[in-house]
Amino acid sequence: MRLAFVLSEIGSGLRRNLSMVISVILVTFVSLTFVGAAGMLQLQINQMKGYWYDKVQVAIFLCSDGSTAPGCATGPATPEQEANLRKLLQSPAVAQYVNDFQYESKDDAYKHFKEQFSNSPIVDSVTPDQLPASFRINMKDPEKYEIISETFSSQAGVETVIDQRQLLERLFSAMNAASLVAVSIAGVMIICAILLIATTIRLSAFSRRRETGIMRLVGASKMVIQLPFILEGVIAAVIGAALASGTLWAVAHFFLGEVMSKQYPDTAFISPGQTLLLAPALIGLGVVLAGISSLLTLRRYLRV
Amino acid sequence: MIRFENVTKVYDQKARPALDSINLEIDRGEFAFLVGASGSGKSTFLRLVLKEDRASSGAVYVAGQNVANISSWRVPRLRRGIGVVFQDFRLLPQKTVFANVAFAMQVIGKSRSVIRDTVPEVLKTVGLEGKENRLPHELSGGEQQRVAIARAVVNRPGILLADEPTGNLDPTTSMGIMGVLDKINQNGTTVVMATHDDDIVNEMRKRVVELKNGVVIRDEAKALYTSMIPVVGQSRRLRDASGREEPQVVPPRAGSRAEARAELRTAGEGQA
Repeated sequence: MRLAFVLSEIGSGLRRNLSMVISVILVTFVSLTFVGAAGMLQLQINQMKGYWYDKVQVAIFLCSDGSTAPGCATGPATPEQEANLRKLLQSPAVAQYVNDFQYESKDDAYKHFKEQFSNSPIVDSVTPDQLPASFRINMKDPEKYEIISETFSSQAGVETVIDQRQLLERLFSAMNAASLVAVSIAGVMIICAILLIATTIRLSAFSRRRETGIMRLVGASKMVIQLPFILEGVIAAVIGAALASGTLWAVAHFFLGEVMSKQYPDTAFISPGQTLLLAPALIGLGVVLAGISSLLTLRRYLRV
Repeated sequence: MIRFENVTKVYDQKARPALDSINLEIDRGEFAFLVGASGSGKSTFLRLVLKEDRASSGAVYVAGQNVANISSWRVPRLRRGIGVVFQDFRLLPQKTVFANVAFAMQVIGKSRSVIRDTVPEVLKTVGLEGKENRLPHELSGGEQQRVAIARAVVNRPGILLADEPTGNLDPTTSMGIMGVLDKINQNGTTVVMATHDDDIVNEMRKRVVELKNGVVIRDEAKALYTSMIPVVGQSRRLRDASGREEPQVVPPRAGSRAEARAELRTAGEGQA
């Protein structure tokens, strides 16, 4: 009975304050979309880092079937060449710069590739044979990349030596800057949303002061009086958060999935499913926003 | 039922207190009028009983409990034991008579079936049978006040506070309302009514507590609106305005009293 009553109160409150409720929905929608965009950029960075990025700095790719580099004149790297390279890595001249290194076989490479490009059609057309085996080196000082590069580029069986960081760092710093911008815009919008929710609840409390006055007098509990107001804000914020989540999903599905992944087939993009992981966080954030601002407002404008 | 011990209420440190060391006890089942000019402290008294305000000093006991010791989340329970009626009715304009009364039960979580049983009963008590589906603006002032009373007593409070319930009503209608309040009092509810209406006080002959500048200057059983003791120095015009009858004669207007009693009965039967 009490639940039904609270629900009917919420319904009438939302109806009576429709324009304000819509503006709350839109403001939370926009602000949480920015929060979500920042989250999506971070997810994308993680996706692009792949399996090795945080573990190693330098990769020595060995010759494979299609290699055209001068060191690969003899065809795919032989086990002897691999053994030589391993010995060289362990030799004191090189070992002083190296923390440790790992060997990634063709099968390992295929496994990691499948993980990273799971959302991309390219994964179906690649076989383990096409992927090069590699040594992945964790440097003591990543700046000393040149030494490794000079030492190994000319070795037999080595296709190329790559400093992964240098390749991706610039892109990542741009993406990090973009997510910082998104977070700052989101911050301003969130302040806006909090104030707007507070104003909405104030108006709502004012337009229903007769009812709440009577509820107070006949001894309705604080919860019964305040809950409809709090839930009104929360419901509006949750709708906004759901819209934001939907927008992020649409961006991942249509923009990244349909457009970008066709233009840049060698880049790993996040899947629409991954953006849905952000949805609970956004909805939670919306609930917290609305809850906090309505609690503060009610304490001032709806004394019980 | 209500006990004030040395209660002082100060709103503004510079001004005189709204209530000044009040000692007063109103027993269970009693009917008491609270009279006095505007600003004499009647409303403050009612607010303190409801714990809408805290006493600056002294203790207010309601139903044996010191209201200062009631934690804020228990205040609703205190208020469920007290019904309140106002001069301006305070009905919800978009709700029917039935819904207005039912509202008081809904918000404290009474079940639908209890509401369906109780509301018509209470509406009958206040004399509003058959008007369940009217909206407040379709009712006369007296009828609206009856709805307000029904709402105040529907949860069977032990105390009914009425703040000038007849202030907006004509004398005949007022007597009808008094009939309803009297009936509720007969059923065991303590009634405290703040009023300026001298006719009513004189007709009812109940306990009268007179406040002036925050002090109880008179507390008499079966009393009249003005003191039995002649006030020296009061101008003729003032006395005319405040008390038209000569107080020392026992029933001043026997005829009108009989009329009023008749009205009381009809009010009780729900004909007002």
